[in-house]
Amino acid sequence: MSQQIHSHEFDNGLILVAQSMDWLESSAFTLALPAGCAKDPSDRRGLGNFTCEMVQRGSGSLDSREFSEALDRLGTDRSASVSAEHTSYGAATLADKLDETLALYADLVRRPRLPASQMEEARQVCLHEVQAVEDDLAQMAMQHVRLQTFGEPCGRSNPGDREGVSAVTSEDVAEFIDQHYVPNGAILSVAGKIDWPRLRDQVEQQFGSWQGASDSHSQSQVVHRAEYSHVEHDSAQVHIAVSYPSIPYDHADFFVARGALGVLSDGMSSRLFTHVREEKGLCYTIYATYSAVLHHGRVLSYAATSTERAQETLDVMLSELVRLSDGIDDGELNRLKARVKSALIMQQESSTARSGAMAGDWYHLGRVRTKDEITKAIDGLTVDTVNAYLAENRASDFSIVTVGAEPLRVAEPLAKK
Amino acid sequence: MEFRNQTLENGLEIVAECNDQAYSMGLGFFVNTGSRDETSDNSGVSHFLEHMVFKGTPRRSAADVNRELDEIGSQSNAYTSEEHTVYYAAALPEYQTRAVDLLADIMRPSLREGDFETEKKVIIEEICKYDDQPPFGAHEKCMELYFAAHPLGRNVLGTADSVGALTPEAMREYFQRRYSPGNIKVVAAGCFDFDQLVADVETCCGGWEPFQAARNQTGTNGAAGFDFVERESAVQQYIVQISGGPSAQDADRYAHRVLSTIFGDEGGSRLFWAFVDTGLAEYAAAGTYEFQDAGITMTFLSCDPDAAVDNLRRLGDLQAAVLTEPVSDKELELAKSKICSQVVRRSERPSNRLFAVGGGWLQRRQYQPIKDVVEAYRAVTLDDVNEIAAKYPLHQTATVVSGPRTDW
Repeated sequence: MSQQIHSHEFDNGLILVAQSMDWLESSAFTLALPAGCAKDPSDRRGLGNFTCEMVQRGSGSLDSREFSEALDRLGTDRSASVSAEHTSYGAATLADKLDETLALYADLVRRPRLPASQMEEARQVCLHEVQAVEDDLAQMAMQHVRLQTFGEPCGRSNPGDREGVSAVTSEDVAEFIDQHYVPNGAILSVAGKIDWPRLRDQVEQQFGSWQGASDSHSQSQVVHRAEYSHVEHDSAQVHIAVSYPSIPYDHADFFVARGALGVLSDGMSSRLFTHVREEKGLCYTIYATYSAVLHHGRVLSYAATSTERAQETLDVMLSELVRLSDGIDDGELNRLKARVKSALIMQQESSTARSGAMAGDWYHLGRVRTKDEITKAIDGLTVDTVNAYLAENRASDFSIVTVGAEPLRVAEPLAKK
Repeated sequence: MEFRNQTLENGLEIVAECNDQAYSMGLGFFVNTGSRDETSDNSGVSHFLEHMVFKGTPRRSAADVNRELDEIGSQSNAYTSEEHTVYYAAALPEYQTRAVDLLADIMRPSLREGDFETEKKVIIEEICKYDDQPPFGAHEKCMELYFAAHPLGRNVLGTADSVGALTPEAMREYFQRRYSPGNIKVVAAGCFDFDQLVADVETCCGGWEPFQAARNQTGTNGAAGFDFVERESAVQQYIVQISGGPSAQDADRYAHRVLSTIFGDEGGSRLFWAFVDTGLAEYAAAGTYEFQDAGITMTFLSCDPDAAVDNLRRLGDLQAAVLTEPVSDKELELAKSKICSQVVRRSERPSNRLFAVGGGWLQRRQYQPIKDVVEAYRAVTLDDVNEIAAKYPLHQTATVVSGPRTDW
C-alpha cells in the first residue's frame, strides 16, 4: 500500500496534492477554495452559498443543463459544500475520466457564466436551505452551538439568513468570485488511480493561467462563549449541543487529544455510548466529535432525548465530559488504537474519503499526514501521556444550546444568558 | 474475486466473495426477518430484537460485546428493514476468527429482562427522534396506505405504544420462530480465509437446532389513496408518494432503476430540472425499492407550504408525462453511465460488497459479479424503459403529505 504523497505549488499559488492508490479503479478530487461563508459581508449572510449555487448554473461553453449532462456522461458523482473557511467542489469518477472531469471543473471555478436570468431561481434554492434547517432540530442545535463556540465569523453556518439571501445581487456574486475564487489559497487534492507527472501537467494546463490571491491568510478572530441558550420549539425531544475548547489540529499533542476524545465517543464501548445510552437508556443518539477552524479546535457533543429526561441526560453528559479529565485506562486506550488503525486502512479503500482528508490536512498543516505517520503517533500513545494531557486540559467553559419544549437548568457559571 | 459458498448440516449457509487485493473484510449475519414477519401484537419486535442482540449472551455481558467489537477495531452495526435484519462488522483480516466468534455468539442472545427494560427506553427515544424530524411520519403512513393489508406496510420501528407493550416472552417467541439457521446467511466480502471462515462458523453455529421459519408470501398490487399528517410547527410541507415496481426477483428491476434515475435522481433528472433547479421545491427525488414479492418507486418532495398544492399537481403531470413524453436516447445513456460508474466505484469498499452479496443471496439466492451487474444495466434499451413506464405508471400513487397545511 504505497502512501507516497505528491505535492506541487504552481506559480499562481494553487496547491496540488495527490496520493496514487493504484489498487482502486476510481479517482476523486476535492477543490477547496478560500471562499468560506466567513467571508460573507454581514449584510449578505449566505452569499458564499448563493455563489456556489450560481457557479453550478453553467460555465465555459456549457449551460447549466449541458454541464450536468457532461458530468453524467462521464459517470461523475459530484458534491459542493460551503463551510466557514472554504467552498469545496468534489468529484469522484472512474480513473480514465479524471482528465475530462478536471477540465469541466476548471471551467466551473474559472469561467462560470452566472446567468442573470437564473438569479431568482438560485435565490429560491438558497432560501429553501435556510428554511430546511428550521425543520431539522439536530442541525439547528449544532449550528447555534458552533456560533457560540467559534463566534463570528468562523462559527457561521453556510445557508446564512433570509435577509442576507434576499439582498444578494448579481454584482455581489461576481465580486465574491473575483475576490475568493482564486488559486492562491486554493487546494486541489486528488486521490485514487493516478499518474502523478501526467496529473501535474494536466492541472498546469487547466489551472496554470488562473490568477488571483485571497486575503485568507489574514486570520479570522475566534471567540468562545461559555454560556447557555435555549431555542423554544414544540418538539417531542430536547436537542442538546455542548461545546468546549480543545487544542488546534496542528498542535503537537493533537493525537493525544484525539485519543482522549476517542475514549469518550469512538465505538460501542466508548464512555458516552456506554454510560448515557447503554446503561441508563437515556437517549438514542449521543456523540462527541472534534471540529477545527484554522488554529482553533473544539469538542462538539450532541444528544437528543424526550423532554422529561433531558435534564438528566444533560447532567450525565456533562459529568462524563468532566470525568474524562480523571484519566483513561489501558483497555480504553488499546481499543481506541485498534479502531483508529482499522479506520486508517479503510480510508485507503475510498478515493473520496482520502481526497477530502488530504485537503483538510494541507489546509491545517501545509502537508499531508501519511497512514504510517498517524499509526506511529497512535502507537506511541500511553495511558500516562494521555492522562497527563487530560489533567492539564480539563473539559470546562462549556457552551450549551438546547432546542426543545423547555429550557434546562445549567449550573453556574454558564447560566448567564 | 472469487465466489464461494457452503451450507452447514443445520441449513446455515455461508456465502462469500473473496478478494485477496482488498485490505479489509466485511462480515455479516443476514437474517431473513423483518417487520413484514410481525403482527399488530408484536409490532416493532424485529427492530427491538436487533438492539437486544447486542445485549449479551450466556458467554458475554452487554458490556463485553461492545468492548470486544471495539477491541477488534471493527466498525460494527446492525439494521432492520421490512424483510431483513442484518448484523455486520467491517474489520481487518487479522481479526477474522474473533469477528466470527463474536457475531455468531450474539446471534444466540440471552434477552435478559433488565436489559430489555433499559433498551426499551432507547427504542422509544429512537421513535421520538423520527417523529420530530421530516417528513414527520409521512413515510410510514404512505407505506401503510400503499400496502394496505399486506405486511410490507407494517412500520419497522413500531410505535411507542406497541414497543411499550412488548414483553421479553413475546420477543423470545419471535426469536424462536425466526432465527433458525436455515433463515440466516453468513456473508463475507473482501480479504479473508474462506476455509477458516467455514471452520469457524461450523464451530460457533454448527450446534444451532434447525426449524422451519417460513414467510407468508402474497403479492400485492398496491393501493392508491391520499392522506395527510398535520404538523403545525413544521416550516415546510413534505410530500411522499409510492407507486408500483418490479420485485427483487424480477429482471425488470434494471430497467426500472434506469427509469427512476431518469425521472427522479437527485441531480440531472426530470424532477431535478422541474423542481430543484427552478427553486420550486427544496428537494425532489425518486428512488426504487425491491422486496421479495413487490417493488415500489418512492417519490419525495419538500417545499413551501404555499407552493405545495401547485407542486403536487405539477408532480402528477410529470409522472404522467413519462408516458406521453417517452424517454429519449440521451436520457437513457446518461442514466446508464451514472448507474454503472456508481456500481463500480461503490464496489471498491468490501463493506459495500458485503451488502450487495448478502442482499442478492437473501433475495434471489444468486451471486452476481460486479461486471454482470454493469452488463445488465448496459443492456437496458429504450423499449425496456418505456415498457416499464407503461407497466408501472408513476402517476398511480399512494400519497401522504405532512406539514402545517390542513386544507387537503
